[in-house]
Amino acid sequence: MIPSSIITRVKQKRIAQLISKGKRIDGRNLYDYREIQIETGVIERAEGSARVKLGKTEVLVGVKLEIGEPFSDVPNEGVLTVNAELVPLASPTFEPGPPDENAIELARVVDRGIRESKAIILEDLCLIPGKKVFVVFVDIYVLNHDGNLIDASALAALAALTNTKIFNYEVKDDEVVIKPGYKKLPLRNSPIAVTFAKINDRLVVDPWLEEEGVMEARLTVIMEKEGKICAMQKGGGGYLTPKQILEAVKVASEKSKELRKLVVKE
Amino acid sequence: MPTFFEKRELVAPGDLLAEGDYIAGENTYKENNKIYATRIGLVEYENRKVSVVALKAFYIPRVGDIVIGKIVEVGVSGWSVDINSPYLALLKASDVMERTFNPRRDDLTSIYDVGDMIIAKITAYDRTHNPLLTVNEPGLGKITRGQIVRVTPAKIPRIIGRKGSMINMLKRETGCRITLGQNGLILISGRSLESERLAVMAIRKIEEESHTSGLTDRVAEMIRKEKERVKNE
Amino acid sequence: MSKNPEKLINEKGLRLDGRKPDELRPVKIEVGVLSNADGSAYIEQGKSKILAAVYGPKEVHPRHLALPDRAVLRCRYHMAPFSVEQRKSPAPSRREMELSKVIREALEPAVFLEYYPRTSIDIFIEVLQADGGTRCAGITVASLALADAGVPMRDLVAACAAGKIDGKIVLDLTDTEDKNGEADLPVAMMPTAELITLLQMDGMLTTEEFEEALNLAVQGCKQIYEAQKEALKAKYIEIKEAVQE
Repeated sequence: MIPSSIITRVKQKRIAQLISKGKRIDGRNLYDYREIQIETGVIERAEGSARVKLGKTEVLVGVKLEIGEPFSDVPNEGVLTVNAELVPLASPTFEPGPPDENAIELARVVDRGIRESKAIILEDLCLIPGKKVFVVFVDIYVLNHDGNLIDASALAALAALTNTKIFNYEVKDDEVVIKPGYKKLPLRNSPIAVTFAKINDRLVVDPWLEEEGVMEARLTVIMEKEGKICAMQKGGGGYLTPKQILEAVKVASEKSKELRKLVVKE
Repeated sequence: MPTFFEKRELVAPGDLLAEGDYIAGENTYKENNKIYATRIGLVEYENRKVSVVALKAFYIPRVGDIVIGKIVEVGVSGWSVDINSPYLALLKASDVMERTFNPRRDDLTSIYDVGDMIIAKITAYDRTHNPLLTVNEPGLGKITRGQIVRVTPAKIPRIIGRKGSMINMLKRETGCRITLGQNGLILISGRSLESERLAVMAIRKIEEESHTSGLTDRVAEMIRKEKERVKNE
Repeated sequence: MSKNPEKLINEKGLRLDGRKPDELRPVKIEVGVLSNADGSAYIEQGKSKILAAVYGPKEVHPRHLALPDRAVLRCRYHMAPFSVEQRKSPAPSRREMELSKVIREALEPAVFLEYYPRTSIDIFIEVLQADGGTRCAGITVASLALADAGVPMRDLVAACAAGKIDGKIVLDLTDTEDKNGEADLPVAMMPTAELITLLQMDGMLTTEEFEEALNLAVQGCKQIYEAQKEALKAKYIEIKEAVQE
């Protein structure tokens, strides 16, 4: 994935040795997540926002709403667009400039999770059919990269969306007039991403930076609230066997339920 | 302990060639006691060794090889030479000049300039450095006449033939001087343009049909027929 | 704009183009089609037409991109402006950038990069006409272009997509089926050891449906692999037969 700084050979061996014994360098079990902290409403100027700390990885997501034109093939639906920035201050390996392939992949994977699970009720975001709809901008801002940006970003995006308010409006003479007051962004699903790294032929959940530096392949499974898979992405070079993929799906099933509880209060 | 193909059968990357106590030869690799092909070519089973004679492969420098290259850059202390390989080769000025090289007095372009072709020998090569060349031996140096033909380097052994049978036939039938660079470049120098043309034609045919048998005779036949045809025009 | 078809599978269980659910589209592959590239290959899979070319291994420029212990694999997946129904701008889109990355990652495990330190192997995939399955067909021809260039490989990489349309799991979706279906699952693998090097999915599948689709995609990849081997050997077999006459 992201080219991390060179991991010493000694450390590589240590990580691999521990993993074959079912342990990780930070003491976690193979399927454990690091400590997760979620805070919503951290940017008041944004219509919705959340900050997630996954171990030392830190991602901030801001949601902004604008009024725009719908796509011609779905004229009565709102528009969702997801962007990610690997901000240079987050890692010595991030360079300033337009989004590179890693930032684009990150944004598109998180986007697919939200879009394919139909999490946002886009039909309820239509203001004037065929002419004006709400455009939901989800901007992922990575503040500190210590591994597993996908899960942290997906979690922050979901938390930010649950926190998003859309302003009340009235349509008068083909114009949209904003009225006082807010209502919540209409959501019908809560996609959760679970990412695995394959190290020494074993799968571990929530790889941190040094594990990403030695992993042979990466697999992200995104599940919606009913337990269906709505997106998957194999990343990094390397390969996986069909058996490993099916194992990951099984584990993701459980882990996604655990993570969902942190964002969606039942 | 099984092998899975006939001798000299065409194989592709990933084809399982043998299983058991075999040695992985050229263009193969061994994993879990199985030997697979890495390139498209003809499989050879020689006692315990399994190898593939590749039909298409680029040139990886080997110390001692004679190569034909093109000067592509004149540097401060030597020349960069394109030897049809992933790596650019270097010819140091000290190799060519008898006395110590002085960049202020000596102009390297007067010896070899960009675009010149040379015959050289590889004197050093390892994973961390580019190949080093020398022209300081008889028969090496700048090429001044003739034509250069380029073939995929994997075919050079075929053009030599068993115990030189093919290359000797070519020299005999065309009357040309033929110098083979291990890197796939061939220098043809004949008494007439016509004889050089015959040699080029023959080499192209060998390249295309290298995986078939009875080639030496067929090529000799083709050259004779072509000489007849030209005589009767 | 084409209008959306009402049904993708008819009462007889056949798809819009007459195929059965587990049937591949007709595939035509040719290897060694470009004279300048070190290796090249072309595929027509249904109406999709994709060309791939390989340059290298050669020294990397700019030098600082070189890796000291292995070759760098670079890949560019690009769609021609006239390849899709509504003309696409030639500038690389975010989708093309993501696909370039995952395709590169799908081919990397197959190449012996360690053999050629400090060099680059450049892969170019051009989609001339798109009708679904372009990243898979792109991987299929790119791996043939690598073999054609003489780059040593562990195995060819074969790719094929499965998906779900009208509630049924199917193989090798067309563009219409992808746009109107419920799920799309492109898969690439090194077939000899059944090692999966590309896996993406979007849509909605239960875990059982996913397993069924994955197995179907793997079968599809194996069929593509046969077609690849045939195409790779075809050129040489033709010459051998002509000579024997």
